[in-house]
Amino acid sequence: MPIDQSDIEKVANLAHLELAEEELKTFGPQIVEIINYVEQLNELDTKNVEPAIGGLTPEGAKTDSARDDEIAGSLGQKTALEEAPDSAHGHFRVPKVL
Amino acid sequence: MSRQSVGLSITAAEKLNETLNAFLEIDRVGALQRATEAEKSALGGIPIAVKDNICVKGLQASCGSKILGDYHPPYNATVIERLTKAGAVVIGKTNCDEFAMGSSNENSAFGPVRNPWDTTRVSGGSSGGSATAVAAGIVPVALGSDTGGSVRQPASLCGVIGLKPTYGRNSRYGLVAFASSLDQIGVFARKVEDVARVLGVMAGRDPHDATTADVPVPDYVASLTGDLKGARLGFPRSLYGEGLDTEVKTSVENVVDVYRELGAEIVDVELPHAGYAIAVYYIIATAEASANLARFDGVRYGFRAEDTPELRQMYRRTREEGFGPEVKRRIMLGTYVLSAGYYDAYYLKAQQVRTLIKNDFLEAFQRCDAIITPTSPTPAFAIGEKVDDPLAMYLNDIYTVTANLAGVPGISVPCGLSSERLPIGFQLIGPYWSEPALFKLAHGYEQARPFTERPPISAS
Repeated sequence: MPIDQSDIEKVANLAHLELAEEELKTFGPQIVEIINYVEQLNELDTKNVEPAIGGLTPEGAKTDSARDDEIAGSLGQKTALEEAPDSAHGHFRVPKVL
Repeated sequence: MSRQSVGLSITAAEKLNETLNAFLEIDRVGALQRATEAEKSALGGIPIAVKDNICVKGLQASCGSKILGDYHPPYNATVIERLTKAGAVVIGKTNCDEFAMGSSNENSAFGPVRNPWDTTRVSGGSSGGSATAVAAGIVPVALGSDTGGSVRQPASLCGVIGLKPTYGRNSRYGLVAFASSLDQIGVFARKVEDVARVLGVMAGRDPHDATTADVPVPDYVASLTGDLKGARLGFPRSLYGEGLDTEVKTSVENVVDVYRELGAEIVDVELPHAGYAIAVYYIIATAEASANLARFDGVRYGFRAEDTPELRQMYRRTREEGFGPEVKRRIMLGTYVLSAGYYDAYYLKAQQVRTLIKNDFLEAFQRCDAIITPTSPTPAFAIGEKVDDPLAMYLNDIYTVTANLAGVPGISVPCGLSSERLPIGFQLIGPYWSEPALFKLAHGYEQARPFTERPPISAS
C-alpha cells in the first residue's frame, strides 16, 4: 500500500503528535519499510482462522473476573492531584478548551 | 544479616553505576530502613532491583521516558506488595528502554545501560538495567517486564537467568502498560532456585488485574529435583538456520547434547509459522501501545509542555517533547494499523496469524515437555550498531516474541561465552503453566554445567 507524506501527517494528527519536519522525513520511509515487511502475512490464507482476541490460556478465559460492586478505599483527592503538572481548587487545571 | 546484604548491594550499585548506568534511582536511606524491618521474613531481607516501569510507592517510575519525568506513583504494584510483605527490599529502580520499547536499552531517555562484560556493548533490552544489576553482582534478584523478550533477551546478553511466566500468572497492576495482551512481569537471577522462590511469592490471582488466572501457585522450589530422565525436549531444527550466529548455534547444540546425557529424549518439532512472528508482533504490540500511551497527555501526571495556551496544542506538544523517537515511531505505526479502513488488513490479520502460531505450540507440546531454542540470534552487539535501522533491531526478538504471542512461559539460561567473552543463552519454552517443568529442566542443566564466569565489571 503506498504511503505518502500526507498519510504520515494524518496519522500524526490522529495520534496527537506534533512531529517536527525532520521526524516526518525519517519516520515516513521507516514506517513504509516496516509496513512492507508486515505485509508478508498476506502470504497466509486465514479465511477460516479465528482471531486470537481475549483470554489466551483456557484457564484465564474461564476465570471469573467480575467483582461485587463494593465501596473500597481510594487515593483521595489530595494524593491524586499531587503528581499533576497543574491543579487548582481540587481539580486538574488545563489550558482553555474553546 | 539482611541489613548487611542490602548495604552491600547499595554500595555496589552506587560504585558501579557511573560505568554501567543500570540504575535511575538508588534508595539508600529507605532500603536500609526496610532491611532492618525485614530481617525475620520469608525472603529474609533479600535486596532486589526493580525496572522503572513497575510502581514502587515513594520511588520514581520514569519508564525511561521524559514524559513521566519526576513521577512518583502513590501506590505499589501488586508484585511489589507481595514481595515486600515477604521481606524483599527494593534498593532502587533500573534503567530501561522508554516504555519497554527496545532490544538494546538505547531508547532510554537517560542513556543506554552498558554491558558489564564489555561496556562498549548493549545490555540488551528493554529490561537492560535489571539484567546488568544481576550480572554485575549488585543484587541477586531483579524484576523486569517482558512483552516480546524484554526479560529473556537481556538475560541472555548479560549471562543471567531470565523468566517470562505464563500470561496471567503475575498481576500487572502497577506495571505501566505497553501491550496488554503480551506484557508479563518477569524475574532475573543468577540461580534458577532464586527465580523459582521469587515467582512463588509474587504469582497468583489478583482482583486488580482481570487477566490473572485462577490457577493455584505450586511450590516451585520443590520442582528442582535434578531428575531429567524421560523428559522430552523439542528441537525445532528450522529455527537454527539463517541469521543465527555460528557460535550461538554451536553453543545451544551443545546444550542439547548435555540434556541427552542427562537422560532427556530429544524430539524433532516444527513451528511452521514462527517466521511470521515478528510481523505479527509489530502490528499487535504497536496497536496496543498506541491505545495504552494515549493517557500521557500532560494532564494528570508527569511532564507538560510550556507556553501552550490551547488544550489540543498542549496535548500534541507535550507528547512531541516528552516521547523519544522509537516510542513515537511505534505510536505512529499502531495508529496507522488501527486507522479506519486498515483494521482488517493489519490488526485482524495479525490476530489470525497469532492463532496459527499458538496452534503450532499446542501441536508441538503434544510431543514434548519444552522446546529449546537460542534466546538471541547473536551475543551483545555494539552500542550504536543498530540504532538507525528499526527493522534490524526488531529482528533481535525473533526467538522470544513467539512465547508472548502464544501466552506460554519461557526461560533464558546462560550456556557459555563466545570467543569475544560475551555470554550466550538458550531458551526453554513450555506449555501454559509449565513453570515447574521449565525450572526443573533449567536447574538440571545448571547443576550439570554451572555458569561460574563473572564479568570484568562486577561487585565481587
